[in-house]
Parts: sequence; C-alpha cells; structure tokens
Amino acid sequence: MSSEVYERIRNNPKFDELVGKRSRFAWTLTVVVLGIYFAFIMVVAFNPTLLNTPIWEGGKASIAWPIGAGMILLFWLMTGLYIRRANSEFDDINAEIVKGAIE
Amino acid sequence: MNHPMLKWATAALALGWVGLAVAAPDVGQAQKQGINIHAIVMFFFFVLVTLGITYWAAKRTKTATDYYAAGGGITGTQNGLAIAGDYMSAATLLGLTSLTYFQGFDGYIYCICFYVGWPFIMFIMAERLRNLGKFTFADITSYRLDQRQVRTVAAIGSLTVVVFYLIAQMVGAGQLIKLLFGLDYWLAVVIVGVLMVIYVTFGGMIATTWVQIIKACLLLGGGTLVMLLAFSQFGFNFETLATQAVANSKKGLALMGPGTLLADPVTAVSLSLGLMFGTAGLPHILMRFFTVPNAKEARKSVFIATFCVGFFFTVVAIMGLSAITIVGTNPQYFEGGDLAGKLLGGNNMPAMHLAQAVGGNLLLGFLSAVAFATILAVVAGLALAGASAISHDLYANVIRRGQATEAEEVRVSKSSSLILGVLAVLLGIAFEKQNVAFMVGLAFGVAASCNFPVLILSMYWKGLTTRGAIWGSIAGLVSAVLIVVLSKAVWVVVLGNKEPIFPYEQPAIFSMPLAFFFAWLGSVTDKSARAAKEIEAFEDQYVRAQTGFGAAGAAAH
Repeated sequence: MSSEVYERIRNNPKFDELVGKRSRFAWTLTVVVLGIYFAFIMVVAFNPTLLNTPIWEGGKASIAWPIGAGMILLFWLMTGLYIRRANSEFDDINAEIVKGAIE
Repeated sequence: MNHPMLKWATAALALGWVGLAVAAPDVGQAQKQGINIHAIVMFFFFVLVTLGITYWAAKRTKTATDYYAAGGGITGTQNGLAIAGDYMSAATLLGLTSLTYFQGFDGYIYCICFYVGWPFIMFIMAERLRNLGKFTFADITSYRLDQRQVRTVAAIGSLTVVVFYLIAQMVGAGQLIKLLFGLDYWLAVVIVGVLMVIYVTFGGMIATTWVQIIKACLLLGGGTLVMLLAFSQFGFNFETLATQAVANSKKGLALMGPGTLLADPVTAVSLSLGLMFGTAGLPHILMRFFTVPNAKEARKSVFIATFCVGFFFTVVAIMGLSAITIVGTNPQYFEGGDLAGKLLGGNNMPAMHLAQAVGGNLLLGFLSAVAFATILAVVAGLALAGASAISHDLYANVIRRGQATEAEEVRVSKSSSLILGVLAVLLGIAFEKQNVAFMVGLAFGVAASCNFPVLILSMYWKGLTTRGAIWGSIAGLVSAVLIVVLSKAVWVVVLGNKEPIFPYEQPAIFSMPLAFFFAWLGSVTDKSARAAKEIEAFEDQYVRAQTGFGAAGAAAH
C-alpha cells in the first residue's frame, strides 16, 4: 500500500478525531477493568476474610461468589459496550476516512 | 494427492479402534475403571464427524491464506466459539472443577485470573491485530522491523510456548484416556497425535476452526447440562448449595473465601500478570484473529469468546461446589469406599464422578468423550500455530527471505505439523511419569514475557527498533524459563533438590518488566540508520492499525 494514501488519511482531521475518541474509550474501559480486578486481588492477598462475609445473615454462602460472578458479568458487558460503539460510531468515521483517501 | 492419503489414514485409524476394542477390557480392569462403551461410541462419532469436516476442508484449502487463515472467511461468532474452544482445555473442565471441589473459592479466583485477559485483548489489541496481521503474530512484530531477526525470535517464542503446552496436553490426554476409556497410555497419546496431524495437515485452519467450534459447543453444552442437573439437587438455591458444601467439606467454612493458594501478594499479582498477558501472547490464540474478514468481526469474536469463557468458568465453579456434596458423600467414588480416602481415579475426577452421579453412565460417557474431543481440538490449534511459525516465519521469511512460493510454504507447513506430531507423541510418552503441571505455567510465562511485550510495543511504541525487539524477547524468554526452572515446581518437584533457588513459582512479575526494560534499552541506544528508518515507518503502520486500510484479506470481502 502506498505511503501517499496513508499520508492523506493521516492528514485528515477526522483521523485524529477517530483515534482520539476510540483510544480514550478503550483506555477508560481498560483502566476500569484492571482497577477492579487488581483491587479484588489485593483484597484476596491482604484482607481475605472480608470476602467470607455471608450474603444473608446467618447463612453460609459468602459474598465472594456473587462478587466473582459479578466481575465476570461486568467485564463481559463492558466488552459489549465497547463493540457497540466501535462497530457503529467508530467504524462509520473509519469508513468515511478511508473512502475520502482513496477517491 | 491428499485424498488417498486421507483414506489411508482413516483406515489406519479404524484398524486402531478395532485393536483397541480387543485390548481394552484388560486395561480397564487393571485401572479399576470399567471400559466405557458410551464414551467410546460418542468419541468415535466425534472423530468421524471431524474427519468428514477435514475432508471437506481439504477440498477448500487451495491457497496459503486458506491454509493459515481459513481464507479470512470465518464470521465473528464462529471465530468467537473457536477462540473459546482454543482457550478451554480439558484442564479447565477437570482441573478447575477439582480445584473448586478441594479449595472452594480459590478455584473461582483462578477462573477469574484466566478470564480477565479477554476484556484487555478486546480493548487494546483485537482490532490492531486484525488490521496488521496476516498469518502469524510475527507478521505484526516484524511489520517495520528486520524480517529475518525479528521473525526468528518470534518463532522461537512461539515454538517454546507450543512445545511446552503440547507436552502438558499430551501427558494429560494419555492419563485421562487411560482412565476414562481404559486404553494404554501410549496408544492414547498416539491416537491424539495422529488425529491432530490429520486435521492440521489436510484441513489447515478451516478444519481446525470447525473442530474448535464443535468442541466448544460440546464442552459448553455438556458442562451446562451437568451443572444444571447437579444444581437442581439443591433446588437451584445457592444458599442450600453453599450450606451443604460447607457441612460436607473437610475445609468447612474456609471454602467460602480465599484460602492459601494466593495468600502471597507477589504470587497473586505475578499469576494474574502471567495469565492475563500470557493469554494475549499465545500464538494459537493470536492466529485466530487473522481468520475473520475485518476488525468489526474480530471484535465480535472476542465478545463471543469472552462470554463463553466467563460463562463456562462459572459453570465449572458450580460443578465443583455441587460435587463436594454429591460426590464427596458417596463412598462409591472413593478408593475402597472410604470417604476419608482418595477419590477413584485421582484428584482430577470430581467433574467426571459428578456427571456419573447426576446422569448415569450415559452422561459420564458423554463428558468423557467431550474431554477427549477437547484435548484433540486444543492440540490441533497448537500444532497449526507451531507449524505456521516454522513455515511462514522461519522457512518462507528467514531461510528463503520471502522468495518461497505459497505452495512451497504450505508444503513446509504440512511437513512441520507432521514433525511436531511425532515430537509431541515422543515427548508425551517420555514425560508419562513426570509431573508436568509446571509446563502450562511455563507456556503462559513465556507467552507473557517473550511474545507479548514485543507485540504490544510494536503496535503502540513508535521507538521500538529491531535491536530492542530482539533484546526484549530474549530477556523475557530467558528470565521466564530460568525462574520456572529454579523455582520449586521444577527444581524441587521435578529435579528432586531440597530447596528452591528462586522463591517464587510465577515468573511474570519479574520477567515481564525485564522484557520491557530491555526492549526499551535496546531501542533507545540504537542510533543506526536502520533504526531511524524503522521509527519513521511507524507512521504508516499506525494508520493501517487504526483504519485497517491495506489490511490483508480486507479487499476480498
């Protein structure tokens, strides 16, 4: 592929808009996932008994399990959130940029 | 040329099965594990279907793109299932159920560690991988760097991961099949090796993908069925399940929270890093991103895969908890009927015993067949990744300097998969009596420390040069391997020394920063003209990574 076309894409202000928006969104989601996950790992390492707290008073089932399942569900929903924006909004801008560059 | 050989191989396999049927009862008695006719019939059916698919795929595999990347014609949903299939091994089903059975919540923590790499791959890697790659991940790392040098180290990294992972799978397969089907260990290993080579050699990525998809559906379906049947015995009430588990486990209430497994923060963080970024550096997983037509489908695949993996881990956790009560209180599943004694067949058996307890021999047979199918699919994916590293990276681009024709390249790939198959069988037999638990850890450690840092830097950091990539890969590879060898898992358990030289078993927290540091150091001190050119070439690569313009296979769709 020719460098010229890449250059043209690069100089399109929409390219910066796309990259800026998408990167911000992706990194925000990443930071949230890693933040929650490593907070969880730190609780496991430094204050494990906290997770032994029963869900229902007098019950045996601990909050650890729903917290774990909740994390799995939340992270998956976040990937869904990402593709919802990426596969419509971002891809539309993307298609426009590429179209503009090869015409 | 393919077809007569395929027929021959099918015939040989059928003969193998006849031999097996004759030989099996004796072995079965010796194992105290009755020969499992349901399992054998169902597994045989799986093999027939997958061989049929391989035959179909062989006819559709004409070009190198067909062979390595299924012609870029796999949809996002199909690829998502296939990725999940590649990622969920028999060790996931058996090992993690068993971990929850014995350790309670620690098992689920492990599941979460294995899971959390997926969102990361989605946000940071998926679309760039698709936009830059072609057949192997070295296509990306060598995009603007020296082809021969960077591909050589990438291939070494890939092959190290593939070989360790293969050995672990082969030994696991042999033990499991010996137990579940009543076959000789060596015969089981040979069957796995032969089928793996057939899928990969004749059907390439198309056959491998479909084997993965079928296996993923079977595993998800089988696991969910067992889980639902087991959970129904507690009225689908988690409190009842937990109360009875606590009452029936030796660990008691400790089941309900984190235990000793990850008590040490260094180990916990290191394991997390290794599993998370190791997932993002496994060559057979990375290859799957090149089978879809564009970035949109690549994202969709990760979405589907993330769901399957997360869902399955939760199923496995509930299976483990249920097994504590259903299996753990039934003397039938213990050696000599002694509840305080050992589980029949060993510590990895809670999932299988649970299937038998809730669904009889039919369900046990089904789950056994699924476990066997799972191993087959995983080794096929690994073999294809290994063969591609040899043919696409080493042969076509390093030895032939990009001058090999597609046909030559594919031919080398096929011979390589045959060689890998023979090697896997021989190593599988050689390691029969060895403790291979460390090998999967080592594979993830090398993937996280040797493959991942250079891959991510090549996509995100303009300043990476060839020298930096080489230094980083080698630093990651050497430190990860050394740490594992000097730790308890190898130095004490395998080599029989008294004290480990290195106190931690998980290498990632040490080896990943080393890899990044040396990649940085090697790059910033590289003032050569080549380095300047490589840095300049980042601009074009960056635009392609972001927009997919010029991406392989995009035009055809």
